[in-house]
Amino acid sequence: MLSRSAPRTLAEAIIASHSADEAASGSICRVNVDFAFANDITAAPAIDEFKKMGGRHVFDVKRCAIVPDHFTPNKDIASAEQAKKARRFAREQGMLFWEVGRVGVEHAFLPESGNTLPGEIVIGADSHTCTYGALGAFGTGVGQTDLAAVWVLGETWLRVPETVKVLFRGRPSEWIGGKDMIIALIGKIGVEGARYKSLEFHGEAISALTMDDRFTMANMAIEAGGKCGLFPPDEKALDYANARKTRDFTPIYPDEAARYSETVEIDASSLEPTVALPHLPGNARAAKECSDMEIDQVFIGSCTNGRMRDMELAASALKGRRVHDRVRLMVIPASYEVYNEALDRGWIKIFTQAGASICTPSCGPCMGGHLGILAEGERCVSTSNRNFVGRMGHAKSEVILAGPLVAAASAVTGRVTDPREVFERGESMK
Amino acid sequence: MKAENEKILVGDAWVYGDNVDTDVIIPARYLTTSAPELLAPHCMEDIDPIFAGEVKAGDIIVGGSNFGCGSSREHAPIAIKASGISCVIAPSFARIFFRNAINIGLPALECPEIAAKKGDRFEINLETGRIENKTSGEIFTARPIPDFLRHLFELGGLAPYVRARLEASS
Repeated sequence: MLSRSAPRTLAEAIIASHSADEAASGSICRVNVDFAFANDITAAPAIDEFKKMGGRHVFDVKRCAIVPDHFTPNKDIASAEQAKKARRFAREQGMLFWEVGRVGVEHAFLPESGNTLPGEIVIGADSHTCTYGALGAFGTGVGQTDLAAVWVLGETWLRVPETVKVLFRGRPSEWIGGKDMIIALIGKIGVEGARYKSLEFHGEAISALTMDDRFTMANMAIEAGGKCGLFPPDEKALDYANARKTRDFTPIYPDEAARYSETVEIDASSLEPTVALPHLPGNARAAKECSDMEIDQVFIGSCTNGRMRDMELAASALKGRRVHDRVRLMVIPASYEVYNEALDRGWIKIFTQAGASICTPSCGPCMGGHLGILAEGERCVSTSNRNFVGRMGHAKSEVILAGPLVAAASAVTGRVTDPREVFERGESMK
Repeated sequence: MKAENEKILVGDAWVYGDNVDTDVIIPARYLTTSAPELLAPHCMEDIDPIFAGEVKAGDIIVGGSNFGCGSSREHAPIAIKASGISCVIAPSFARIFFRNAINIGLPALECPEIAAKKGDRFEINLETGRIENKTSGEIFTARPIPDFLRHLFELGGLAPYVRARLEASS
């Protein structure tokens, strides 16, 4: 073992534990990878690269996966062909693969199924691989060529990122969730405020968050340009992982005296229900300031906000209410675990009685591929993570990002709505 | 880029603003394929419908800061390269796009001072990082890329590197 030269941030500590290199900030390290996966869009080209590289076997069949979620169930012949190629390769290799009906959005399904664990390095051919930071795993997205190289070698190179410490002070109100907090952060530091860097979350408001809220926040680290968004794994994270783990793991923590490139402080107690207006996730506004914006569609789901906590909040908000006549509401649980639980608890019935459409777990309309594409001039309030030009359909459509409570309230009124306007104060959202 | 390839690029600029994301470089609705020739006709179409039809082989893109942010889709640099673009210059790149560009052999030069108007003629020396805007007469220098990445780029991308590693170990 190398002697410890300096106190480490969580990103530095995880990289150091996976590398023979020194892991000094800014240096490039070769690291061993614990888990590496592609989705149904990135798998096919990754397989081509894998073969070009001379790859014969993935480095470990239990640590390499393909998660079909983007165009699932397949929407046309081309997407079916891509999925077929992925499925065949997975079968030949004997690696992890799950069919529609047993899978979910990759970043909801993989932690839920215990495949990504605290202290690990997770590489995914999908930019929202940063989601695993909620568990204290160094998750980061790459392209299909990098992913193929990991499948071959079981390792990759990482530049050791500088770390921005994010301190959420105080306790937020019951109307505030992880989505409001992360949009507020991106609004403050900008969409490249963490470019090439690690975000490390601390503070009283973070300790109080549910795991699902933390997944939401880690998921959007990339929207600030971040390489990863890490939560030091506390008891909640360890309980979550221990209940689900497919292998043993060793949680890793930052040193007390770690050096951060900067510290950003946010007073969580002053946050209001927040949205991000088109066309950047950093266009943060208080929802109540946007109440004149009429909408056509609401999407509640995705790897950002399609988990239990999100379904629970949306169901509690929509119980006994109707979706506005002019609005289409799409609810897509992010996995079958979430879907089944929502069925058991009666939430799916609440949604359908409110006039929502329920779709099978998948990425849905988030990236404009499938299940709820927007026409020219249409506007959607979405619990997903990106609102770029054309993201959900026509180049002249608009996406407004929000958490599940703002989304549910907006579905009821037909315009961007602060949930406090629709739901009575004191109504339990817990 | 392989050793035998030209190190001097000459091309006309297509200029874009800050935060050009990979969804506008190549929208997800076209991601049912990764074939370069099928992606190129849709490159940039949501922010610049003219681009795909008028871009000439050898042209360059001068982007704003955080170029290539968003999705990890390698289809984005693949679409740009297949359009005929020889090089992308920007004050800063999103990290996944930058990695992907190097991996597929598309030069991505970081240059905080870069200034261009659409159609400006550029001459770029990939060896030295010298960037000349021949229309305005301004000269810029690209930030050097880390040695390891330069090594990957000179090998022709990540695939040849991995192949060499495999051969060395067998």
